[in-house]
Amino acid sequence: MAIVELKNVTYKYPLTDTPVLKNINAQVNEGEFVAVIGPNGAGKSTLCYTVAGFVPHFFKGEITGAVEVAGSESSKSNLHEWVLNVGLAFQNPFNQISGAKYTVFEEIAFGLENIGVPREEMIQRVNDAMKLTGISELADRSPYSLSGGQQQRVALTSILVMRPKVLVLDEPTSQMDPIGTREVFGVIRALAEKGMTVILAEHKVEWIANFADRVVALHEGEIIADGKPSDVLTSDLLAEKGFGLSRYTSVARKAKAMGMWQKERLPVTLDEAVEGFTLTLPSPKGRGE
Amino acid sequence: MNIEISNLHFAYPTGVQALRGISLTIESGEQVAIVGQNGAGKTTLVKHLNGLLQPTSGTVQIGDWNTKEHSVAKMARRVGYVFQNPDDQLFSKNVGIEVAFGPRNLGMNAEQVQRQVNEALAMTELSDKTETNPYDLSATWRKMVALASVIAMDTDIVIFDEPTTGQDAANIARIANVIKVLRERGKTVITITHDIDFCGENFARVIAMSQGRILLDGKANDVLGQEDVLATTYVDPPQLTRLGKRLGFKETVRNEEEFLAGLKK
Repeated sequence: MAIVELKNVTYKYPLTDTPVLKNINAQVNEGEFVAVIGPNGAGKSTLCYTVAGFVPHFFKGEITGAVEVAGSESSKSNLHEWVLNVGLAFQNPFNQISGAKYTVFEEIAFGLENIGVPREEMIQRVNDAMKLTGISELADRSPYSLSGGQQQRVALTSILVMRPKVLVLDEPTSQMDPIGTREVFGVIRALAEKGMTVILAEHKVEWIANFADRVVALHEGEIIADGKPSDVLTSDLLAEKGFGLSRYTSVARKAKAMGMWQKERLPVTLDEAVEGFTLTLPSPKGRGE
Repeated sequence: MNIEISNLHFAYPTGVQALRGISLTIESGEQVAIVGQNGAGKTTLVKHLNGLLQPTSGTVQIGDWNTKEHSVAKMARRVGYVFQNPDDQLFSKNVGIEVAFGPRNLGMNAEQVQRQVNEALAMTELSDKTETNPYDLSATWRKMVALASVIAMDTDIVIFDEPTTGQDAANIARIANVIKVLRERGKTVITITHDIDFCGENFARVIAMSQGRILLDGKANDVLGQEDVLATTYVDPPQLTRLGKRLGFKETVRNEEEFLAGLKK
């Protein structure tokens, strides 16, 4: 069942002439994990803001079409109601951290305070959420004394603690090292497996290939591909449009042109690449080793 | 202009030992990538190269200058530093003025300044944006302005801290091209990066750091092939290096060209 539905959505920021989103039609089913890819400027963040209600409620501008989440329509709702359904973690955690709190613990409790959650429950939920994202040891630090990667985790935790129906993440690991990235994607995957609906804007294609149920490709404000990761991430159209794809896909595409990739479908992951290229290589014994 | 670092130790005022005995020579014109987990000491190390940080013990020598004996302002003639976050370094009302600030500050005459600015803008594909306020540009292009403003200073040594963070494929290709042009001009380029594929494709020498020490230092293929050692500082080898290994290639490969050559063998 669709929990998020975008019907013919077109949007322009205030004082601009060109729409950033053009005729977007998409549905996300309950429990689905959808990745949104595209070059910078393609409209990924704007799409995240739109699902999360910041467009148009906060950014204003001109929107046509309809955005529905769990049966209510964005233009007919208030942002403070809307955020109970949809949680958004911003790309830049600086833009999200309230600046009103001295500790990470209080920062994460901020949203719960605003909706009047009882104190005992609030403490419990904050502790649980921090444990989930592995930041319990940061509880007493100032949000501003943290590294970019740590701040991103605080921003993510402060959304998770609200238990939204839909989680929207705008490049949640852009400032993290590989280990941080791995841990955060592990958390997101665990949430998705528990049935959370996740919309993730992301450049890191190898993670998407392994985790997402579906990939939506945005280019200049339009959806140009929407389907299974293995189809979308290997499509020639995306390669032509300059999308960042996995090295396995790019090298196999070149190898195919040289007659050294025999399978119909190009690989996205390491395992698929190993499987496909093994067909090209002579058997290890035949290589004279 | 060689960089000579000998037995460098550094402790932050909090007592954290960030560098624990680094000795290193980087020769003029080398292209070096520094990799390793957050907290390994990468940024602390490069901040010693232009005197932003001073050794607790040991020495850092840039050509014939010991960084202890010269101001950061003077070190800026030899070492350019592009910060990870462009917003930490941009402040002018338009791109042209921003990029001219560095060379003008170094005392170049108007003609030299103009030449440096034009070249740096051409290299970063910003020539049509000289009149634009940097903060009206997207984060992608602000990154290029930050690159241009340092390149325009024409220093022998250029440092990039995480140049590809948050960049898309098209801009990563532009940044790779900037590094290539700098190499052709004989500049020394030192880059901190978590983007290991970018590292494999653009750098001949790789240094892996862990807990304030150098773990590995050598030719990119030799370093990137050591999967087990790299794992201790949470670095995975590049995708194509891993693929080559899984396919049983005898030699370590680190880019498409080497991989395709390996496939033909």
